[in-house]
Amino acid sequence: MRYVDEFRDAKLVKGVLDEIRRTITQPWTIMEICGGQTHAFLQYGLDEMLPPEIELVHGPGCPVCVTSLKLIDKAIAIASQPDVIFTSFGDMLRVPGSEKDLFAVRAAGGQVKIVYSPLDAVKIARQNPDKQVVFFAIGFETTALPNVMSVIQAQTLGLKNFSVLVSQVRVPPAMEAILSSPANRVQGFLSAGHVNAVMGYWEYLPLAEKYNLPIVVTGFEPLDLSRGLQMLVKQLEAGTHEVQNAYPRTVTKQGNLSAQKAIERVFEPCDQQWRGIGMIPMSGWKLRQEYATFDAEQRFDVGDINTQESEICIAGEILQGLKKPIECPAFGTLCTPSNPLGATMVSSEGACAAYYRYGRARTRQA
Amino acid sequence: MTTRNIKHEQQISPFETASCPMPLRHNEQIVMGHGSGGKMTQDLIKNIFMPHLVSAPLAAANDFAQVSLPAGSNLNGYLSISTDSHAVAPLFFPGGDIGSLSICGTVNDVSMSGAVPLYLTAAFILEEGFDMDQLERIVLSMQQSAEEAGVQIVAGDTKVVEKGNADGVFINTTGVGWVPTEHRIGGEQARPGDVVLVSGDLGDHGIAVLGARGDLGFETDIQSDIAPLNHMIQAVLQAAPHTHVLRDPTRGGLATTLNEIAVQSHTCIRLDEAAVPVKPAVRAACEMLGFDPLYVANEGKLITIVPANEADAALTAMQSSKYGEHAAIIGKVEAEPIDRVLLKTVIGGTRLLDVMAGEMLPRIC
Repeated sequence: MRYVDEFRDAKLVKGVLDEIRRTITQPWTIMEICGGQTHAFLQYGLDEMLPPEIELVHGPGCPVCVTSLKLIDKAIAIASQPDVIFTSFGDMLRVPGSEKDLFAVRAAGGQVKIVYSPLDAVKIARQNPDKQVVFFAIGFETTALPNVMSVIQAQTLGLKNFSVLVSQVRVPPAMEAILSSPANRVQGFLSAGHVNAVMGYWEYLPLAEKYNLPIVVTGFEPLDLSRGLQMLVKQLEAGTHEVQNAYPRTVTKQGNLSAQKAIERVFEPCDQQWRGIGMIPMSGWKLRQEYATFDAEQRFDVGDINTQESEICIAGEILQGLKKPIECPAFGTLCTPSNPLGATMVSSEGACAAYYRYGRARTRQA
Repeated sequence: MTTRNIKHEQQISPFETASCPMPLRHNEQIVMGHGSGGKMTQDLIKNIFMPHLVSAPLAAANDFAQVSLPAGSNLNGYLSISTDSHAVAPLFFPGGDIGSLSICGTVNDVSMSGAVPLYLTAAFILEEGFDMDQLERIVLSMQQSAEEAGVQIVAGDTKVVEKGNADGVFINTTGVGWVPTEHRIGGEQARPGDVVLVSGDLGDHGIAVLGARGDLGFETDIQSDIAPLNHMIQAVLQAAPHTHVLRDPTRGGLATTLNEIAVQSHTCIRLDEAAVPVKPAVRAACEMLGFDPLYVANEGKLITIVPANEADAALTAMQSSKYGEHAAIIGKVEAEPIDRVLLKTVIGGTRLLDVMAGEMLPRIC
């Protein structure tokens, strides 16, 4: 397959890894922000091919994992109401709420539908004028645009039965939260290429400057990841702290300007709760006042919700890069993808799910 | 139908004043009466099933089918029996339909013991209102698959349920085959040193059905790989008489099936990702949806595990078969770590290939 196979070429990857080995002289702790990258490292076995000096810690870039428990409980409450069709990306259905998940709502007769795109949810709203159709608009900057487009399309069509339950999060404030923590160990970031495709990387320049730390925009194929690491290690060894782009076939410095404009039209920045991490100032987006009629939180009164997190789950520490999944006593025993205690075991971008799916038989786990 | 009924009425009602019309004959749709066991059921059997499904036991019209072991078996060996219920949406999809699926699925399951499949039964659960022409298409497709596999359908049953209580048609088939004594085939027979082969491109069926459901959001011309595998299996057994395992990677795909075999035989199966055949279009569809073709369903693929010295012969036998053109050696069986499937990735890394947890979900971004 063109544009894919060349980035999975064993020889090219080996060449880059050899180059890293020649450059590296000391241990470095590197965080890949994006859960998609965590999965790619493990899916290709690339993590085990790296020189031992590189320690990868896994970042909070998993939209399913960081969506607050309160909002998931709200989603479950809304989805349980009669005459509601609740639509969502598939991964969200298995995320444990305080008492149950959306799959349980569906099993109990609630109408919960998996959609591939937020625009499919708008289509469902058009086809079911007598139902309230809600879309669970979660995600980072990458999904912000399709989520925003669903609202714009519903407005254009004059749909009165469509709303979105929003949990939008942004990467740069999360990076700042990690870097400003006294427990921080991260010395360099692989930045999430898909987020940068939308937002560019101009926002990251002040971060690199303020914290004296290199950031490399990185793609998702094995060769992309290897090249990202190569540029980062070179900077770390040289003591520089630039923002570099190892994913130029997709990412430009300014990003997708018309996408940014559409997002700004519908969303405005807000403080946001991150599951397992807590409140990060101005780290989210919410609907602007002009679009409040599409806000599911205002449309449905679900009363007070008391949340109850699992006492065993250490997802918060994992999302901050403080611990690895295998340091959790419940990993692979009490907590598995079939019976997850935390969201990090659910998502196709969650670090625990990646360790479970690809890494359980490994010897080099600790 | 209306024209036929009117004509019929006119013939038997010479008196213009007589106003007791014959009941409608319901030739276009299934109605509850077709499951009554009475005249309508007999008509259904006579008009839809019998013209296509031809065998001596069916023609005998008894409550049972009396069948013989094949000539030459001398009553030695074993019987291999398998049953499977088939429910698929949509009923017709590129490359097949529920009819071919119900025959090939059971023929293949019976054959995975090394058996020569001989006889099948077919039981239908029909939803009230189901289109009669569609039913006939399904029955015809069953007959074609049975003919290709060389099996006879010897007994059948029909039930009708009220509208809404089924999804068009469900078909259960049970198959019987004869296993010659010399074969010892099963998942538990895999041995360290064995070689793992697959008969062709993986994931076609799963992607074809998703495409037919309109779930992909893009067009594909992928056809289901539905096929009876019994002839290929007999060719493999001729070429590689010490074959240890035969298995068809249906739901859950290759990864799930190999995990079952690793656990049954307490071995480690080491798979070479670069050697696994997948069509470019299926790979592209999987890339876009975030699926792994190793977990996507197949309906006409065969996994064979044979001693190393018979691997080339087995490969040639598969490649010479109608359904095995793209057959390939994809891995080997090792002693440790037991109960595990390990994958050598395309870039040369190694990772665990686990079973799928629950349903396959498309990724978010």
